[in-house]
Amino acid sequence: MSYGSRTIIDKIWDAHVVATREDGQSLIWVDRHLLHEGSFHAFDQLRRRGARIARPDLTFGVADHYVPTRNRGSIAPEIRRMVEQLEENAREHGVTLFGLDDPRQGIVHVTVPAQGLTLPGNVMVCGDSHTSTHGAFGAYAFGIGASEVAHVMMTQTIWQKRPKRMRVRVDGALPPGSTAKDVALTLIARIGADGAQGHAVEYAGSVIRGLSMEGRLTLCNLSIESGGRLGLIAPDDTTFAYLDGRPYAPKGDAFARAVEDWRALASDDDAAFDREIVMEGSDIVPTVTWGTSPEHALPIDARVPDPDLIDDPAKAQTVRDALAYMGIAPGTALGDIRVDRVFIGSCTNSRIEDLREAAAVLADRRAVVPGLVSPGSAAVKRQAEEEGLDRIFRDAGLEWADSGCSMCVGMNGDIVPPGERCASTTNRNFKGRQGPGARTHLMSPAMAAAAAVTGRLADMRPLIAGRTK
Amino acid sequence: MTPFTTLESPACPLPLANVDTDQIIPARFMKRPRSEGYGAFLMHDLRGEPGNAAAVLDDAAFEGAQVLIARRNFGSGSSREAAVYALADYGFRCIAAPSFGDIFASNAVKNGVVPARISEADAEALLSDPGVLAGGRIVVDLPAQLLRVGNKQFAFEIEPVWKTQLVNGWDDIDMTRSYAAAIDDFAAADSKRRPWAVPAA
Ligand code: SF4
Repeated sequence: MSYGSRTIIDKIWDAHVVATREDGQSLIWVDRHLLHEGSFHAFDQLRRRGARIARPDLTFGVADHYVPTRNRGSIAPEIRRMVEQLEENAREHGVTLFGLDDPRQGIVHVTVPAQGLTLPGNVMVCGDSHTSTHGAFGAYAFGIGASEVAHVMMTQTIWQKRPKRMRVRVDGALPPGSTAKDVALTLIARIGADGAQGHAVEYAGSVIRGLSMEGRLTLCNLSIESGGRLGLIAPDDTTFAYLDGRPYAPKGDAFARAVEDWRALASDDDAAFDREIVMEGSDIVPTVTWGTSPEHALPIDARVPDPDLIDDPAKAQTVRDALAYMGIAPGTALGDIRVDRVFIGSCTNSRIEDLREAAAVLADRRAVVPGLVSPGSAAVKRQAEEEGLDRIFRDAGLEWADSGCSMCVGMNGDIVPPGERCASTTNRNFKGRQGPGARTHLMSPAMAAAAAVTGRLADMRPLIAGRTK
Repeated sequence: MTPFTTLESPACPLPLANVDTDQIIPARFMKRPRSEGYGAFLMHDLRGEPGNAAAVLDDAAFEGAQVLIARRNFGSGSSREAAVYALADYGFRCIAAPSFGDIFASNAVKNGVVPARISEADAEALLSDPGVLAGGRIVVDLPAQLLRVGNKQFAFEIEPVWKTQLVNGWDDIDMTRSYAAAIDDFAAADSKRRPWAVPAA
């Protein structure tokens, strides 16, 4: 235990240290371990060692990475095998699974928090880099590789080095139309795709306090895109109100006791961070990416860079390479870039509020390009249908699908064809992420909707003027 | 895990920044069992691209290279350990770059691959070094944390714990097993301290 002023990062860390070696590595207790189809590598390692899952009661599986979002009646055999393999492994080890036909199925980082499984002060891991999403609740959540997944399965612990602490403070208020996605893209553009490497990040400030749980999930989700080990937000009344009554959240007296403990997690006023970034909320405007790294992000009214005007030759080469891949001439205005399709989905932006924001732009309008909308979970899908959002998407000409990772990883034919350009609410514009040769522009759901109705990268603000949310 | 001390081989110069794990191995190849080998999929789509930024991987001059030199933020993005499988199965045992994705670097160590952090200037020097470009041999000396090319040497950084683990070929799980009692004690005390921390339903 350390004493004195501590950050939320230190408080959670200190509460989870099982042992610390002389070399500084600590063995950390894991409160929640989440599995998906890709966990088969780790199950194979377990099998080779003849080992079992130590705490199946703290382990949950979700079918999301490989599940089809369309034509679930006729699943390709190799995909079916991936889903069944997860089912068999979960059954064999006594792990609760939100499988393909479960009403709780959905993308792991969407459905698990909605089930009340993500709690403040928890340490959570999953073999998926966007596990940082769960930090929205003040959980210490990070992605791990297959060998580490096997280690957690066998021991319910993980070796870690105490991370450096970074605080990102966003003061003031966001202008209308700006979302958590824009905060994240603006931050990544500023500090770089490796700007937070080696750090655990706390997001703080009035803009962050003002975000809904859904916005917080989006922001924390994108922590990994600036290289952060994890990102989290101190839990507050917004968090507690969200958790109250969720299926796996504590109930009654236990909940009251928990809230008391959770309030104490906030960073002490004089706690020191290794690094601090301060941003002004009013400077954050609707933002899109133009290149092949999330750091290639700019306000929608800007122009893409011209590599000939960049002094650093390595940087100029990176920009030239990115523009060539994206098929964009140097200096082009973002608003002049035409898109071929849109995708609204992924663990970054597929929650009910995301769908509402996109629908607000699309209502009574037609998309001029094809598009796919994949809600983040079966539950989000049901709620959206109750609210009539599916009608708005369908009437606009977009396809309304089931929940899964879908076009975020380019599975099951949910791909962007080679050379085509997609306005996407996902988290990675990497080369080939949405399919070989695919060109991805990242943006918020309302911005993707604006791209759908205009056929180009477009500012959503004029399209929303006069419309109520 | 095989202990790593030194190696000597040609080094493959890959003058790219932000080589994410999606580029190292596209997701569509990850359904296969590891036993089939992942080396054939290494940077599959990059190698197929016009202009072929990863052509060095197919260049006979770098045949047998066990060292890869790249620019900053190598292995960012997805946590897929398959990226390391692809590099390792292809033959790489050391990646030298100015910075690495955190999860990638940890995955590398678990598979006996050295993530060697070099300065930006040294990365540029190595990427344009005539000896390297001619397919000359580079020595990776992990205990000394040095890369040697001809008569030049470049220091690299690595987490001390990772170095110890790589040099000894230690396996995490075996190490953790000796902490079994401490883990049980922690779990018992923690369930009293944080009774709410377990799933309720
Ligand atoms: S939606 Fe994309 S980023 Fe999110 S968990 Fe699925 S594959 Fe990973």
